[in-house]
Amino acid sequence: MTRLLARWLATSALLLFVVSALTFVLISFAPGDAARAILGAKGSVEQYEALRQRLGLNDPLPERYWDWLSGVLRGDFGASIFSNEAVGQIIGSRIAPTMALVVGSLLFSALVGVALGVASARRRGRLGRITDVASLLGISIPNFWLGLVLVTLFAVGLGWLPATGYVPFATSPAGWAKSLVLPVVTLGVGGVATIAKQTRDAMGVQLDSGYVAAMRSQGLSERSIVYKHALKNAAIPVTTVMGLMFVGLFSGTVLVENVFAYPGLGSLVVRATAQHDIPVVEGVALTFACFVVLANLAVDLLYGWLNPKARLR
Amino acid sequence: MTALGRFLRQPLALAAATVVVLIVAACLLADLIAPYDPLKQDLMAANQLPSAAHWLGADSLGRDILSRLLYGGRVTLSGSVLAVSVFTVLGLPLGLIAGYRRGAVDRVLGRVVEVIFATPVIIILLVVLSVFSANLTAAMITLGVLGFGSLFRVVRASTLAAAGELYVKAARAAGLSGPAVLRRHILPNLWGQVIVQVALFAASAILTESGLAFLGFSVKPPNPSWGSMIGEASNVLSSHPFQLLPPGFVIGLVVLALGLVGDGVRDVATSRGGSGPAPSVAQTAAPALQSTTASAQSGIGGQPLDLPDDPTAWADDAAEEVEVWLTVRDLTVEFGPAGRGVTVLKGASFEVRAGEVLGIVGESGSGKTVTARALIDLLPPGGRIMDGSIDYRGDQVRDMSPAQLNRLRGGQIGYVPQEPMTTLDPVFTIGSQLDEVVRRHDRGSRAARRARALELLELVQLRDPASVLSRYPHELSGGMAQRVGLALALAGRPQLLIADEPTTALDVTVQQQVLDLLDELRARLGMAVLLVTHDWGVLADLADRALVMYAGQIVEVGPTTAVYAAAAHPYTRALIAANPATAQAGRPLPSIPGQVVPPGSWPVGCHFADRCAEAMPACLAGPVALGRIGSGRASRCLRSERTPALVGLEAEPVEGPAGPSRNGTGPARAAAEGSK
Repeated sequence: MTRLLARWLATSALLLFVVSALTFVLISFAPGDAARAILGAKGSVEQYEALRQRLGLNDPLPERYWDWLSGVLRGDFGASIFSNEAVGQIIGSRIAPTMALVVGSLLFSALVGVALGVASARRRGRLGRITDVASLLGISIPNFWLGLVLVTLFAVGLGWLPATGYVPFATSPAGWAKSLVLPVVTLGVGGVATIAKQTRDAMGVQLDSGYVAAMRSQGLSERSIVYKHALKNAAIPVTTVMGLMFVGLFSGTVLVENVFAYPGLGSLVVRATAQHDIPVVEGVALTFACFVVLANLAVDLLYGWLNPKARLR
Repeated sequence: MTALGRFLRQPLALAAATVVVLIVAACLLADLIAPYDPLKQDLMAANQLPSAAHWLGADSLGRDILSRLLYGGRVTLSGSVLAVSVFTVLGLPLGLIAGYRRGAVDRVLGRVVEVIFATPVIIILLVVLSVFSANLTAAMITLGVLGFGSLFRVVRASTLAAAGELYVKAARAAGLSGPAVLRRHILPNLWGQVIVQVALFAASAILTESGLAFLGFSVKPPNPSWGSMIGEASNVLSSHPFQLLPPGFVIGLVVLALGLVGDGVRDVATSRGGSGPAPSVAQTAAPALQSTTASAQSGIGGQPLDLPDDPTAWADDAAEEVEVWLTVRDLTVEFGPAGRGVTVLKGASFEVRAGEVLGIVGESGSGKTVTARALIDLLPPGGRIMDGSIDYRGDQVRDMSPAQLNRLRGGQIGYVPQEPMTTLDPVFTIGSQLDEVVRRHDRGSRAARRARALELLELVQLRDPASVLSRYPHELSGGMAQRVGLALALAGRPQLLIADEPTTALDVTVQQQVLDLLDELRARLGMAVLLVTHDWGVLADLADRALVMYAGQIVEVGPTTAVYAAAAHPYTRALIAANPATAQAGRPLPSIPGQVVPPGSWPVGCHFADRCAEAMPACLAGPVALGRIGSGRASRCLRSERTPALVGLEAEPVEGPAGPSRNGTGPARAAAEGSK
């Protein structure tokens, strides 16, 4: 456990450093410079100099990075160039919707994907081929396009669900759930495809394994053999895949939140990008990196719980 | 056949490759084939559905959607080509270097890739776009940089494997320089995998580019790109939803096609090596592949004309009072797809008597494990019982419902599988697995079940049973695992224990202990045991009676001591001679020349004839029956009666009263003559 935590801390620190430093270096490489890019052609020389000063562009790069980093460690992410609001506050107000979206999508893809995968592993044959085709389609269709199609069908056409927006849970739990359905399905479909295929392959291996035959010879029920024993073993490789999916889900929020005008971090970062609001972009990048780091820890812990061999090593 | 030829023979992959080529060509030739200027507005045509003038309709400004798709594809595709180029230029050489040089270079690169994999790519792309003012070129170069890890890992792993091959080592030893070795000996084997990775990355680059364009970070507005067309369509989504379809469909089609091309190339690339672990289903179904060529030889109508075993052949002369627990008649088992299956066990009949140890012995491929597993209807995947009856104390196993079968398994017939380590679930403790089986057979409190579990572990003579309960399978030795397997099989207090090669996977020193334990348990619990083994030593140690199998048939039955002393079938004699325990120092280890005829290629006549030194023309002519050669003894050999050893045996019987064995022509002779 301590070793796992130590390893996680080392990797996480490295990842956070790389993401933040990379962001910084990229920004410093901007042609012309960031201040010019922000002001465009219309800014005066005074405005330009003031902005350079404010962005710290006159200082050497390592010093600027250190200033920003020490600010972040104190909880100060700087202020938005556009609205002058503290970046920490802007991000804080948008974390909850994005977490609801990401966690919801993960649960959706895990539940539907595992159910499909187990069913097709047990039946083999036709259901297996359907899963193959569906998973190829699920990966091939751009999710933002799928979101628009779902809006056309279920919001514009049938009027069952809201087309856009997010209702906080505290305001109305039912409204909250309804506002989540379409974004969660849109973001989660690719994951359903991936998990279904992985589960099918992993379950196939487990169901043919020696211990399954041995348990049948001991008269254990098929339900226990499939859902308790084979599924827990198959979950080990599937968990690894889910860990990799996490990164993709956070990336996916950028597009999906824009389709649904969803007030989360993804739509924030797109707007900030369009406005060249560099402190906000940097803040969101670091926040996403932190989420990924936490997700990795969760996956590692789950992995250890599932696999006793990994636990001892 | 060349790799390209094999790829071209996959219809789906070929169609997908054609789709990709056609779409790319159409976009490149947009100037020639596009019906309209992609920017030309025609407000009269605004939001038109498909028509003869506008095949895919027109957008809200009356611009032709087909023309915009063709021109827009150039933006999307060229962006992806850029990303793919960076991806290849970085991933391929770095992977080669890391795999070839190893050491510090490999470790550093591996670490870098690990970190990049955990980076939210699109966020970094947005940072780039925020700085470079919606400059897609910069974003796509960045995408290539952030993506190269997948190619790097694949190339590195293959190079690492190839560098260990003998021919590469030889080339290095011959003084070929590093780059030359890479170029001449390693790269040529990598192309397949590189193309797979490139196709998959191209697909993801197209999706990413479209996404960024949808967000408005691609070409400036009037100009089209596939992603920005979806963005434009979303503005009129409630009134003209059709406009969503063309760009979404094109993106989906190209991405899907690239994925299928990748799959097709992967199939070709992996089939070339031909190595790698085959899945167990494929292994068990493998005989099916030989069936088409073999059925021609094996007789009229594709099925061997083998005669079913006649149970009176091995009846004891004076043993009518012996109680029989398990009676098997004409058991026939097939593997492979229904209708094209291959028979692996043909018409086997035998019985297990109260309290006895019956040993089934034979080489691998003889059908002994299939026989054992068929008894509890637990054949490996792909196998099924085609014919015959299995009677356990008056109950027909083949007529049982799944619930009845579950009560039979474990409760009346226990089964100890071959590989002790793989027959325990690796992710649950021994205690948890034992408790589940105990709970299946005994109701009782938690404490009572634990007591029973401990009792079972003591029964199989495991030291410190309480600590074993809390362990996981990987914390046990092979011998301990087999004892646990035995405890699991005994949990339901079975009267018949099927032990399938119970000691094969164990160390020699442990083998004897497990055999002794088995013998002791049999005596203590009054069970009958069906022991499957390929080892005459094991058989002679434990079994009261021996059943020798060869190529899906029983070839000899009899009391172990009698068979051992004077085997009637040439195969049995060869098997006994090949026992390593009886090998003599300084002489080569005896072995049986040739190989077991695989199922599906069985000859019409004696299955052993092609390996038999004593074969005569009659042996090949027709099926040989299992013929009676003495009290409780039968052999499937035309020469059995004339075997010198047997003559001696009959003059001086090993056990029991001498039977009237030389009573003219037995069934074997009759069968041979009948088939002439």
